[in-house]
Amino acid sequence: MYTNRRYIISSAVVLLVLIFIVRLFYLQVVDNDYKAWADSNAFLKKTIYPSRGIMYDRNGKLLVYNQPAYDVMFIMREVQPFDTLDFCNILGITKDMFIKRMADVKNRRLNPGYSSYVPQVFMNQVSSRECGVLQEKLYKFPGFYIQNRTIREYEYPYAAHVLGTIGEVNRKDIENDNYYVQGDNSGRSGIEQSYEKVLRGVKGVEILLRDAHGRIKGRYEEGKFDVAPVSGKNLTLSIDMELQELGERLMQNKRGSIVMIEPSTGEILCMVSSPSYDPGMLSGRQRGKNHKLLEKNQDKPLLNRAIMGTYPPGSTFKPTQALTFLQEGVITTETQYTCAHGYTFRGGKPACHGHASPLNVVYALATSCNSFFCWGLHDMIDSRKRYASVQEGYEIWKNYLVSMGYGYKLDVDLPGEKRGFIPNSKYYDKYYSGRWNSSTIISIAIGQGEILATPLQICNLAATIANRGYFVAPHVVKEIQDTPLDSIYTDKRYTTVDKKYYEIVAEGMRNAVLGGTCRRAAIPGIEVCGKTGTAENPHGKDHSAFIGFAPYHDPKVAVCVYVENGGFGATYGVPIGKLMMEKYLLGEIPESDKLLEETMANAVVSPNILSLPNREL
Amino acid sequence: MVVAGWFSICGASYEFDNVGLFDIAGRPGSQLMWMGLSVGIIFVILMLESDFFDVFAYLIYAVVILLLIATIFLAPNIKGSHSWLVLGPIRLQPAEFAKFATALAVAKLMNIYGFKLTVPKNFLIVLVLIFLPMVCILLQKETGSALVYLAFFLMLYREGMSGYILLAGVCAVVFFVTEMKYSEVIVGITSMGEFIVSNIILAITMVLVYLERKDNKAAFIMLIGIATAYVAGYITSLFIPVDFALIAEGLVLLSVLYLIYLSARNWVWHYILIGFFALASLAFLFSVDYVFNNVLEPHQQIRIKVSLGLEDDPSGAGYNVNQSKIAIGSGGLTGKGFLNGTQTKLKYVPEQDTDFIFCTVGEEQGFVGATAVLILFGIFIIRLIMLAERQGNTFRRVYGYSVASIFFFHLAINVGMVTGLTPVIGIPLPFFSYGGSSLWGFTILLFIFLRLDASRNDR
Repeated sequence: MYTNRRYIISSAVVLLVLIFIVRLFYLQVVDNDYKAWADSNAFLKKTIYPSRGIMYDRNGKLLVYNQPAYDVMFIMREVQPFDTLDFCNILGITKDMFIKRMADVKNRRLNPGYSSYVPQVFMNQVSSRECGVLQEKLYKFPGFYIQNRTIREYEYPYAAHVLGTIGEVNRKDIENDNYYVQGDNSGRSGIEQSYEKVLRGVKGVEILLRDAHGRIKGRYEEGKFDVAPVSGKNLTLSIDMELQELGERLMQNKRGSIVMIEPSTGEILCMVSSPSYDPGMLSGRQRGKNHKLLEKNQDKPLLNRAIMGTYPPGSTFKPTQALTFLQEGVITTETQYTCAHGYTFRGGKPACHGHASPLNVVYALATSCNSFFCWGLHDMIDSRKRYASVQEGYEIWKNYLVSMGYGYKLDVDLPGEKRGFIPNSKYYDKYYSGRWNSSTIISIAIGQGEILATPLQICNLAATIANRGYFVAPHVVKEIQDTPLDSIYTDKRYTTVDKKYYEIVAEGMRNAVLGGTCRRAAIPGIEVCGKTGTAENPHGKDHSAFIGFAPYHDPKVAVCVYVENGGFGATYGVPIGKLMMEKYLLGEIPESDKLLEETMANAVVSPNILSLPNREL
Repeated sequence: MVVAGWFSICGASYEFDNVGLFDIAGRPGSQLMWMGLSVGIIFVILMLESDFFDVFAYLIYAVVILLLIATIFLAPNIKGSHSWLVLGPIRLQPAEFAKFATALAVAKLMNIYGFKLTVPKNFLIVLVLIFLPMVCILLQKETGSALVYLAFFLMLYREGMSGYILLAGVCAVVFFVTEMKYSEVIVGITSMGEFIVSNIILAITMVLVYLERKDNKAAFIMLIGIATAYVAGYITSLFIPVDFALIAEGLVLLSVLYLIYLSARNWVWHYILIGFFALASLAFLFSVDYVFNNVLEPHQQIRIKVSLGLEDDPSGAGYNVNQSKIAIGSGGLTGKGFLNGTQTKLKYVPEQDTDFIFCTVGEEQGFVGATAVLILFGIFIIRLIMLAERQGNTFRRVYGYSVASIFFFHLAINVGMVTGLTPVIGIPLPFFSYGGSSLWGFTILLFIFLRLDASRNDR
């Protein structure tokens, strides 16, 4: 009776067991999510943050270091009802702020990585006093804990553009580099950004076992899998902080830049960009607010003009022309061109100032004769005996400039460097429909027209002349702890111009100081070489520029000063350049020049900009 | 008998395994004590005359029922249920003992000479015997334990109960799940669930007509009719919107009318019965939403929704199941090793030593271990069925089937809920879960059968 039904029932049993086995196979073998989930469940991977590398100047002065700070973190899933009012009082916030912050954290549009299982930042960089009180009462606020962090402290309110700042990583950073998790900091500008991987070190991790109530049950396997953090490497910068300070003081109430390079090494001794700001403003909890204010400021204080500002080099460009013409054999030291208060070939334009005529290349550099270099360009590219076409001649001209560091990035170890602009022949072909000659583009011979360069490139020219024909890629980091510098910062890059022609140009620049346009750059006892620049600009008053190096033989320093709308090169460029060289070469500015220093520091070229000493917003 | 002995040893070794797992839980001692006592019970049971159970079946049943009723009033409230009798330091759950008592009583009843389940009166008496303890336990608010009594239907099926009752049960579950799962998907004015269920009803009706009456012609006519209706519906839908669920429901009604016609013409009741099935199914379909929203308790609604994947609430109602899946899932192929489970050790899974014990096996022994346990259970249950089949008299066979059915039901629901396949219903996994009453309950249940089996040749 019904005995066959035993088979049906038995099959049901077998079927059930099979279903369960398949289900188990899926859960345990196929699907890996559950394993990861289990880990995040049971293991509290406590990140131990390494201390970020600190920075010294070239003389060993501490510039940037770390200060302990505390982040209030929480894991939403573990948060239980608590006394919000008490909590808010401790942190000095209102209840509304608390509610808003909680809502923001949970808002997946603002915080795409949100999960109730993952630690979230409630508040950044809480002071140690607030943190102390909170720590004591932490047991009242389940789900909250304190994460030790460090914030950057700046010893001096200078060199903001070079040092840079750190800020919280954004979504893109996290996607690009899985080292970061939400709430981490990374370099956002300057050295902090370009040396991020060196400075940040390696995070450590402590694996703790945590039960369902979030209580720590000890270390996993006695800490066998813990990883100790590796501190970031310390950096020694090539910057001389005293020099930097002087530079920033001299540039107050002016827009522009000062760059100084040690020619033999390419080390940047100071890099001033004005207006500047106190780097401490962008550290800590006020960062966001201050950054917005700086961003909005019409004078663009966040812009590092030394490498991001592109300017017409003006007459500081003339040495490149002399070098090119000499190397190409367009002129010799004997070649004389006439100048009649202007370039007569084009009816007196560009104009020139009063000096003896005709004149040779050394004298032309000393007096900054416009006509001489216009003639030179004309003889070089318009002569069909020399090159088959104007285009070919122009390309050769351009290649000389590229070899001297113009038109392309110099690969300075700072983010955001601009390449400047040296047009190629195609540019002019397009612009002038293929019908052009030296007269069409004559202003490039005197560093005007389309030519644009960064102050760093302009300074690099001075360094190249000081070296008589080579330069080392300029850089701001002199030493990385236990790590050799990248070879591009040690290798010499020779230009395509012979050393002997550099001697001629150096002589011209020496004569400019001895009896030419930059007599005010003369420093007693030191043979200074220099070249002024007065760059016309379509937007306003001329820019005042100066390049120089000293001493004439065995140069120790090359300098470039560029003051926007400063007028004649001799007005601001020369005296500021002189003071900077004095400071570096003599250690102090002599008493006799103290008045000059004050005059320069107090001179107002651009009113109402961020300025020292109280660079408050 | 050797195999049965081997299984009991297996059972015992499970228990030892189990005890070891509780080093952290702090319960190994008491579980050991329960085990010791259960060994004592085994001896007592094996010492008793096998006739004892036959003779005293009703008495035992009566005592247990009284105990259950007493429990309803005497038991303190523990986690919302009134199922524990507290006697000094010992807490007992009489519901666990009601299973074997019920099994004995039913077996004795069905052993009466000439007893036939197909006789409605007999069937009704059996139902009363089964539902009486069930109702008592429901009143104790132990829904899970009460549901276990549904397992007896499996035994009744073996003993001659119509397969359609089981089929109806299965259909009810399937319809319920489908309707719930797709009730959110609205097509026209009706839900996707209604459409699917209606079609299942049509299909089953056709298959029944074919199987029961071997009436190819009728089934074919129905198939043609349905296909025509859908094609017509589809063509119409190109011009005006058509609600296919309404068409499906209309087709069910038409089929019923057709079956009544067939029945009248051929003078056969079967068509009417099949039609009744279709009609009842449709009625059930319409009542699902009402029952779900108005009859079930909120926590039961949520549990069902979570297991159907309608709601995802890992920190609330779904927490148990989710954590349990995590624990099992993290075990991998070979597991983390004995006592090395991080999830279970750190108490992520609530009730991990009682109802969710299978997690521990899954996490620490991995897929291999968990599968082995499942296969052992499967063999164990099939072995019970085989033993039941070889019994000479109905009493022993019915009792054997009851035992097998109860184990089957426990396995299905418990492992099902732990792996997230069935809603969370708080019933233990036999011999694994911590708890003296359940251990005793299963021990008594099993060993009475073994005692009966041992003396199967006595007369």
